[in-house]
Amino acid sequence: MSRLDIHKTYKLYIGGKFPRTESGRYYAVNDNKGKLIANMCLATRKDFRNAVVIARKAQNSWANTTALNKGQILYRIAEMLEGRKEQFIAELIVQGETKITAQKEIEAAIDRLVYYAGWSDKYQQLFSTVNPVSSNHFNFSSLEPVGIISIIAPEKQGLLGLVSMIAPAIVGGNTIIVLASESKPLSAISFAEVLNSSDVPGGVVNILTGKKEELISHMASHMDVNTIVYCGKDEKDMKTISELASNNVKRVIFYKKTNWDSDESQSPYFIEKTQEVKTTWHPTQV
Amino acid sequence: MIPNLNNLPTYDTVGVNERVKRFCTRSIKKSSKVEGLKLALNMIDLTTLEGKDTKGKVQQLCYKAMHPHDTLQNIPTVAAICVYPSHVSTAKKALHGSGIQVASVATAFPSGQSNLEIKLDDTKFAVDQGADEIDMVISRGQFLAGDYQFVFDEIAAIKEACGKAHLKVILETGELDTLDNVRKASEIAMYAGADFIKTSTGKIHPAATMQVTYVMLDAIKDFYLKTGKMIGMKPAGGISNSKLALHYLVMLNEVLGEKWMNKEYFRFGASSLANDVLMQLVKAETGIYQSINYFSND
Repeated sequence: MSRLDIHKTYKLYIGGKFPRTESGRYYAVNDNKGKLIANMCLATRKDFRNAVVIARKAQNSWANTTALNKGQILYRIAEMLEGRKEQFIAELIVQGETKITAQKEIEAAIDRLVYYAGWSDKYQQLFSTVNPVSSNHFNFSSLEPVGIISIIAPEKQGLLGLVSMIAPAIVGGNTIIVLASESKPLSAISFAEVLNSSDVPGGVVNILTGKKEELISHMASHMDVNTIVYCGKDEKDMKTISELASNNVKRVIFYKKTNWDSDESQSPYFIEKTQEVKTTWHPTQV
Repeated sequence: MIPNLNNLPTYDTVGVNERVKRFCTRSIKKSSKVEGLKLALNMIDLTTLEGKDTKGKVQQLCYKAMHPHDTLQNIPTVAAICVYPSHVSTAKKALHGSGIQVASVATAFPSGQSNLEIKLDDTKFAVDQGADEIDMVISRGQFLAGDYQFVFDEIAAIKEACGKAHLKVILETGELDTLDNVRKASEIAMYAGADFIKTSTGKIHPAATMQVTYVMLDAIKDFYLKTGKMIGMKPAGGISNSKLALHYLVMLNEVLGEKWMNKEYFRFGASSLANDVLMQLVKAETGIYQSINYFSND
């Protein structure tokens, strides 16, 4: 007996749940032959706003999760991803990769998660300092997460680019709202399913799919977002972001590189970029 | 005289839920939304009812009541400040000349577990200190035991002690269990002389819900049709965002109509609602989503 294949409905990922966009709008994603692959949610500014509220609620407890635990959770994501490798390879192929490049991308993504899992209790030691001062103070600087980050993920590598953005941001205790690649969004939502089964608390990572042009200004201007990360080369986008981010003196980070495959694509400095330095002056002799 | 409580309409929970759901589907956009938000702000009883309240905190709250926001133009003040009796004189002084009312809870708030003499003294003390409005609690124990006459007499006695001050009667619907009980308690309160009926103290969960507010509005409507007297409504507790506040205003408009759409007849008892309304007003003006970090706590 023949049967019909059951296709997945790709939805958003907000607060550990998979809601549809509040607007009910969709956009079609086609393969390179023009055949429809999937209808993706066209997220609106209201979806983004809701995600920020949820990310804010989740931020404190995530920042206070022990480094050991955060590392375990990141490693768990890698484990889960490894188990679903075949599915991701198939999805990447549908979106235009060859079997070889798809395999390379998923493996790099898994390794990247393991890489940052390892850094979770070490980057603090690398970047924290004891500072020499000429008064009777014990003066030291340590890192704290900036808070909420909105991220516009790389366009080209739908999975690896996304993972390369998410891992260093959350290992540092931030909560994030990511706008997935517009043309290759499938693996982003499948990756959300992996996050959801990896003990990542709801609200720590929120993933939206939709149009950059509709969402960028709100991602840059929202007063409750502390940092915006933009991957891409569009000068106009970068200008808009820089201007709007100045409203609440958001930190602005641009990544112009398109290939997240290389060794330079992972570094503890990517963690440090979304950290705030706190310096404490502690009296030593009174 | 205590009304006949045997012929009151009864409420079907499913029916009320469905009715309430309808109020939440109205589309209110742009300028109407801004007007609605301003109206909501103007209806707020800015409340602080904590054991740790101090003179400084009350003064700060009064300042917030008079100047809700630094840069927003053309926004109203809140309707009233709601405090414990011991802070009434502080609030009265701080609000002098602003037209903002001082409301005080009284009658062994929030439990109401005391004797009438103490409750009357509590009320008189608040009135003597200058309270314009008294928020009293009913004796839920007696009410649930069926001693309606006791509850009625108590409210009437407090009303007398209030003198010129307006009386809001808190039913504490979270402890009344059924919607029929809420209706019954509303009737008793209105016939005993309440100027306002109020859902909750804010100390019990659930506090105000749209369902109980609907039943109370319905009671107010029937009372108005029977006696021609307009009673005010104050949902309190748990209304912390603008969207919900707008739903309440929709319900108010559709159940009681425009005559009730002002601070003389409708109030929100809330502490955090004011900031959320302000955030939405700034958003409407600038187009930028706001952060609570840039709005004062009190």
